[in-house]
Order: sequence, then structure tokens, then C-alpha cells
Amino acid sequence: MKALTRLDGPAKLTGAARYAADAAAPGTLIAALVPATVPTGRVTSIDTSQVVDATVLTHHDLPRLTPLPSPPLGHSVLPLQDDLVHYEGQPVVMVLADSWQQAREAARQVRVTYDDVRPPLLFGQAEDVVPRSDHLLGEADESTGDLQAGLAAADRIVEATYTTANRHHNPMEPWAVLAEWVDDELVLHASVQAAALTQAVVAELFGLPADAVRVICPFTGGGFGSKGYVWPALPLAAAAARATGQPVKLVLTRAEMFTLSGHQPATRQTITLGATADGRLTAIRHLSSNAAARVDDYAENTTHGTTWLYASPAIHTEMRVQRVDRPQPTPMRAPHEGPGIFPLESAMDELAHELGIDPVELRIRNEPAADPMTGRPFSSRKLVECLREGARRFGWSERDPEPRSMRDGHDLVGWGVAAATMDTFRAPSAARVRVDAAGRVTVETGAQEIGTGLPAMVQAVAAETLGCDAESVQVRHGDPDFPGHGGTMGSMSAMGLGSAVQAAAREVLDKLGANPGDPLADALAAAGLPELTAEGRWAPESSLAAGRSADHSIHTYGAIFVEVRVDEDLGLLRMSRAVGRYAAGRILNPLAAHSQMTGGLVWGYGQAVLEHSVFEPVLGRFLSKNLAGYVVPVNADIRELDVAFVPDDDRLASLVGAKGIGELGAVGVAAAIANAVFHATGRRVRDLPIKIADLL
Amino acid sequence: MRTFELTRATSVEEALDALTAGAQAIAGGTELLNWLKEGIEAPARLVDINRLPLDRIEFADDRVRLGALCRMSDVAAHPELTREFPVLVQSLLRAASPQLRNMATLGGNLMQRTRCPYFRADTGLPCNKRVPGSGCSARHGDTTSAAILGWSDDCVATHPSDLAVALAALDAVVVVRGPEGERRIPATSFHRLPGDEPARHNDLRPDELITAIEVPRGGKRFSHYLKVRERVSYEFAVVSAAAVVEWDGETITRARVALGGVAHRPYRMELVGVPMSRLAEAVRLTRARPLPGNEYKVTLAERAAVRAIKEAMS
Repeated sequence: MKALTRLDGPAKLTGAARYAADAAAPGTLIAALVPATVPTGRVTSIDTSQVVDATVLTHHDLPRLTPLPSPPLGHSVLPLQDDLVHYEGQPVVMVLADSWQQAREAARQVRVTYDDVRPPLLFGQAEDVVPRSDHLLGEADESTGDLQAGLAAADRIVEATYTTANRHHNPMEPWAVLAEWVDDELVLHASVQAAALTQAVVAELFGLPADAVRVICPFTGGGFGSKGYVWPALPLAAAAARATGQPVKLVLTRAEMFTLSGHQPATRQTITLGATADGRLTAIRHLSSNAAARVDDYAENTTHGTTWLYASPAIHTEMRVQRVDRPQPTPMRAPHEGPGIFPLESAMDELAHELGIDPVELRIRNEPAADPMTGRPFSSRKLVECLREGARRFGWSERDPEPRSMRDGHDLVGWGVAAATMDTFRAPSAARVRVDAAGRVTVETGAQEIGTGLPAMVQAVAAETLGCDAESVQVRHGDPDFPGHGGTMGSMSAMGLGSAVQAAAREVLDKLGANPGDPLADALAAAGLPELTAEGRWAPESSLAAGRSADHSIHTYGAIFVEVRVDEDLGLLRMSRAVGRYAAGRILNPLAAHSQMTGGLVWGYGQAVLEHSVFEPVLGRFLSKNLAGYVVPVNADIRELDVAFVPDDDRLASLVGAKGIGELGAVGVAAAIANAVFHATGRRVRDLPIKIADLL
Repeated sequence: MRTFELTRATSVEEALDALTAGAQAIAGGTELLNWLKEGIEAPARLVDINRLPLDRIEFADDRVRLGALCRMSDVAAHPELTREFPVLVQSLLRAASPQLRNMATLGGNLMQRTRCPYFRADTGLPCNKRVPGSGCSARHGDTTSAAILGWSDDCVATHPSDLAVALAALDAVVVVRGPEGERRIPATSFHRLPGDEPARHNDLRPDELITAIEVPRGGKRFSHYLKVRERVSYEFAVVSAAAVVEWDGETITRARVALGGVAHRPYRMELVGVPMSRLAEAVRLTRARPLPGNEYKVTLAERAAVRAIKEAMS
């Protein structure tokens, strides 16, 4: 399809795009939060004697909300409902003033005392337990074949334990909410990833009919998972507005984003692979545990990818969590396979080295004919094509398998490869197409533009279906009066919204008895219509969690090839080039898709080399809640990137043939880099991020 | 943020009067504004010193005098300084980001405090540098980035300035003015080791102002600034090394090396008559006392010193 530039680009570049914090209402009070400074305990007193020019709200003042589980809440513990502290950073007091500066200063003057404070229980100290929540997708344990027999049949076994770090999403725009009660209706200008879900959940929390809540969100300044569920900023602003009878605006600080919108939790994973001398896997075992807040059992689902990536007569996986004292985790780009594929793809590299088989060839030898765990047919699977095309493009055939065989000045040079795969989550979506008498086309959707270029994708699909010029299609989004969308998260939007737009556009043609490419103005005139509207809906056929298919193994695939340089004296790791080849269904807007995968590679580089949110063991808190202490890649870190897609089209995944791409791009990069580090240095690093200290 | 009174000084004397009356000086504001926002500082009075005539670069026979209000970016772009003092210009170019360097001044750069995450936390964690007597959270906490030299049980912070490290290797002098006139402080001792007074960050008194930095000229010297960090740009050093080297082709006749990221002041070493073959030995940090989790910094700092010397000579 044709490459379309972003429809939302000029508005964002000029500042014309309106974000939640830009919203205004007369008489608005500005809120600031007082965070708990202890990891556990109970609030015993709140001294507000030093507060001036501000209204103070405590758990005594806010309305009680209906308890709900997580998900759909980010955390089932809603702050300011009682005196209990569940995590450091939990709001224990809310302050309202006329300006942000006044509110912040007043919040700083509040003195809170605590009791029952215990030293925090840390990840690594608690018991591994089977998660009991809807965060676990499917069964905790999955098994096929006889693991012991598989291991017994192996000529070679590799086994190792890997860890991944706590990471934070850090979207540019923090959570921002303007909450206003108009009669019995609650209007929320909010920065969210799923406006329709937000509306439903907030209505339940406040005991309102769903249509009494309006969530307005045309633009969201990034989310990466941190604004997918309903987190405290929303109910706090709405409850404060109810308590005071005035509109309330709450914009989280960067520090508050580290505790009030989730994080990717640290994981510890052990992989065992058995294989014959000619590189056929005989057994795969993947044991995983992640840190979770004491309630809610957030499960990272790290073991899923292992159930479908490679053929093996025996596969056994176990997903566990540790209930510890910390803020609540949540999905973060890329969840599940993001941390989960790192150990599997590192282990495959180790196995290839042990067996003396090229790592690309080893993967191709273990390509399954059907889903190895469930036996379901693949809807479409082009991993081998990705590996072959990526290897060709990278020049992989020139690789000397011997570690430490390439050097350039101070640098040891290494090449590494990893496969990438991501689950396919799907959610219902809907869209409306309007055609006026002049033949002008407008598409309306409740979805928000979150930085991915969604409106241009809508243009592309509408134009293709109607046979018109894409640039002539108008797109309106983020209004609660438009048809609802399942959420801009989980890499679901192109599938769901794209399919709904296609359905709506076809409905237009059907109603007019027209064919694609027919002038719409003429068709309307012939039908005697001043205008025409049609609504399209799409929903996955499945009853499995997150819309995953019960009939087919539907996933996306990729292959990442990287070259790294390691300064042996100084332990400095740099990625000098990377090639990514992906198979992710039909690509609806090649330009936006290319950008997504480029961003994914950069994101994966961050996971591999930089991103690490230190959980302070004595204080039981995230140590550096800012972008100086939590380091993400900058332009200077990134050199040559080459990303492209292999042809794919998956009509079993969605009507429009697309699958998800947003999260896929961040998968596999860390393993490819760690494997390249081994090739460069002979050193196997199994803990992310790879630090200077690991390479000295 | 609390309200404060802001006045603008047009002469050094006027600025000194304001300091004597209890004001804090603000120039580029790239650090003080952070402290205000984070609640680390809450001054009642600020005196803006941007209009003082302290932004000149003057070459004398034996020294270069850099005004305290020179912007980092202007000094870094100066062709003669680039030729004569590579280490100085490199230390500036590897610091912060272009936007910050356009605002930040040389004097302000030296007035930075530590990047210790406990000092800069969003809520006031125990920190003797932030609130004297409150304790040091870092001492038995996360010490990955802490000092390996010159720390005390009251403070394990390092100083973050790249410029200070280059100045230490260059034998520069920090010129300050106070009510009693001018003082000249060697760059190697401008910043203080914590001892039992970690809140005394440097040698500048509250009623004094940095007016200039003087860098001695002369001799055939080669120099280089090496900054080791996990992110390629816009990050503080894990360790850094500034080297100013004189050599005769085989032996280093004299080298002054300063290390950053290892203590709360640049750690200065002097090498005299060292053959290249014995370089690694000569820079060994025998007095280093690493903390749990930052042992790697000892090896890294030694290797950085060697690399900086070699780069200077190449």
C-alpha cells in the first residue's frame, strides 16, 4: 500500500494538537499529591498546620468508590480510601489550590506520620507462587510431551538462569486529567490509551450509568502500556471534583509516573534446552518468576512465546510471581515476549555454539509445522523468511563463528542474531464513515492518536476500500460520541480499527450499490441522498483471554541481526548496526510501520544496554524517579538501522489482514545484542541491562 | 516552589552586596532551578548576575583568563582554546546537552552539587548534603555510582563536573571575590571532600562570587579528556580522565592526570619520568576504597587514565 505521512503531524509540530492538560474549565482547582514515604504501614496523623492557600483532602474527605479488580484497574488498591499504605509513592493526601506552584508547595508542607512500617520484602526473598488474577493469560503451567524423556534423548543440554530489570514506560506526557461534574455527568479530559475502557471502569467506580461518563481524548502523548488500564490519577481527580464541586486538574509529576502508572517488573528465568547433535530440539523447559505487588498478582506471561517458537517433542513452562512490597507492575512495550524471549533466544545461541551449528541454521532446523504446544495450525508464520532475508541483508554468511575473531582498534566486534515473536491480542472496534453530497469522506472513531500515526492508517484503509485518494479522507478521533475502540494498546489498533473501517467503507459501497473507485458524489446523487453514514464493526471470533484465537496459532515474527563493538579496556558496548526483518500480517501504512519498527529497535537497545530502574532495597522504593537517573537511548547511541517487512497477509487474524507490530519491534533485540557480545568477547551476559561492570 | 525575590545586579560590587545580604546568585539557572523545583533549595532572595561583565576570554602570555559567566558552548567553540587546550574543550563538549551548554556558565558548572540519587530524590531522603545531620542513605544503600576515594561515613557522593576534572589536570585556578577582596583557589581543591561536613560542597563562602578561571599556558603539552558512560551522549560520567602530557618520544617526562566520578573532587595524579611500558603501574589507585557494588570503578578509572594519556599523545 501507499506510504502516507502522518495526518496528525502538523498539529503536533505547531502545538495546535490539544492534550488533556491543555483542557480548561472555569473555576478549576489544581491538584498535587503527597506520596507515602514508606513502603508499607498505616497513616497515623496528617499535620496540615503549615499549609496555606490550599484545600487538603484525606481519606476522610473523598467519596468511597466501588472496589474493582486489577485489571481493569491498574492497581486494585485505590489511594485515599483508607489509612493503609501498600507502596512507597502511594498518595496519602491530595492538595487543591489555584495554581500548580501553590499546590506543589502546599503538598510539601503536609507532614504525615506512619505506624506499622516493616522493612520491605524484596523480589528474590519471597516465595514463587502461581498467580491468581486475570493478568495471567491462560494457564500458569503449560506442558506437552515427556520432558524427562526429551532431556534423556538429548546429546547436548544447555541450562542457565537469566534476569531482566525493572523498567519504566516514561511516556513524554504524564498522566493528565481534567475532571468536571456537569449535573450528574462526569466529563474527563484524560490522557489514556483506552477511552472506552476508561469510561466503563470509571462509571463502575462511581456507581454511574456508563453513558454518564464522557472521556475526551483525541491525543495521548505516549503510553507504552502505562495508560492502558485505569490508574489512580483518574479516580482521584474525579473524586476530588465531586468532593469540592469544582473542576479538578491533576497532572502527575515525572516522579509520580514511577509509582502511579506501573512498570515492567524484574524477572528471573531459567531455560533448559536439550538437542540432538544435529540440532533438533528434544526438550524445552522455561521457568519464570516476576516481582508483583502483594495484591493483584501481576504476571508477566514471559513463558508464552516459548510454547510456539520452536518444534520440540517436549515443552514445559511454568509462570510464577513473588508477592513483594512495591508499586504495581503493568504491561510495558513489549510485555510478555519482551522479557521472555531474551532467555530463550540467548539459550538458542548458546546451544548453537555448543553444537557448532550456525545460529540461523539451528533456528530453521527447529521450525514447527503447527503450534508445538496446542497443535493448532499457524494462521501465517514467516519466521524462516525473516531469518533468511535478514541474514542476506546483514551479510551473515561472512561470519566467523569463533568468539573474539573480529577486532577494530580498541574494539572487539561481534555479530549476533535472535528471533522475535509476539502474541496477537485482539479487541473489538467500530468506526463510522460519512460521505457528504460532494463525495467527501470522513471517518469517525473514538480511538486516540497516541503517537503511532493511527489516523493515516485509517485514511489508508478507507481509501483502499472506497477506491479514493487517501489524502482526501478526513479522520476525526478521540470523541466519546464516535464509535468506541478497544484501546490503543497491545498492538491491537491496526487489526481492530483497520477492520472496522474496512467494514464501514464496504457498507457505504453496499448501500450505494457502488464499486470501489466509483465517484461517490455521483453515487449519492443517483441514490437521491444528501449524505450517507455507515458504521462498521469488527470483533475477534474468539472467547480466549485478550481476544487470542482458539482455532489458530496467530503470532507475529521477526529476525534481528546486530553488530556490536565492545571496548575491552573500558567495557563500553555500542551497537554499530542492526537489521530487522519482520512478518506481521498486511502492512497498512508502510511509512508508519517502518517508523514503528525503527522505534522498536531503539527501545530494545534500551532494554539491552541502558534501562534499569533501581529498586532501593532498604527504603523499598524506586531510587531515581527521573530521566537523569533512568537512562533511555539518545540519537547518538543509534547508528545504522535497516528494517523491513517480508510479504504477509493474515485474514485469519483480522478482516483487514493486519496483525500487530508496535510491540514486536522491541522483542529479540536484547538477545541479539547479548549474543553479539558473546561473539565479540567470549563472555555470556545473562542479566539485563548489560553494564560496563559486566564487560571489564 | 516558594516565592522569592529576584534582583538584577549590574556590577560585581552590587552582586556582592546582595550575597552579603543573604541572596543566592543565579546565572544560567540550569542547576539552581532544578533544586528549587525539587525542594533541595528554597532561597528567599536571588540575585541575577547575568549582566555582570564577567563573560570575556582574555589571553595573557602566561595564562588564559576565562570569565565566570562565559557560556559553556562559547568556550567550547573557541578556536584558539580548541587548539591550545583540547582537554578543556572536550570536557565541555561531552557535558550535558547543547541546549544546556548554551545556558550554563563556567562558574555555575563548578557550583554543581552531586548527582547522587539520594540527594536528588523526589522526596527528601536522609542526606547529609541536603539536610546536615539527617544521615547518608547511600552509604549502605545503592553504591553503584558512589565514590571510591575520599568518602566518609557521612557522605559517599561524587562531584559531577567534567570541567572541574579538566581544570584540575590543567593546574587551573578559580578566582573568587568577596567583601574582603580576591582569593585564588587551585582547581584541585575548590571542591571539598565530605569529611564530617558534606553540606560544605566547595570552598566558596556564601558571600563570595566566582569571577574567573585562569588556565596557565606554555610548554609543549598534549591533552585529552576521556568520559566513560553507558549512554553515548547526555549522561554524567561513570568515571572520566583528563590528561595533560609532556613527553620526549619514549618517556612521559611529566603528566598531570585528573580522574572524575571517583570522589567529591577531581582526583589528581602526577607522573614524572614514566616510560610507556610502566604506565599502567604508575596510575594504579592503591588508595582506592571501593564500596560494595562499585569495585569495578577502580579498574575502570585506572584504565581510563591510561587511555586518556595515550589518546593525548596520539
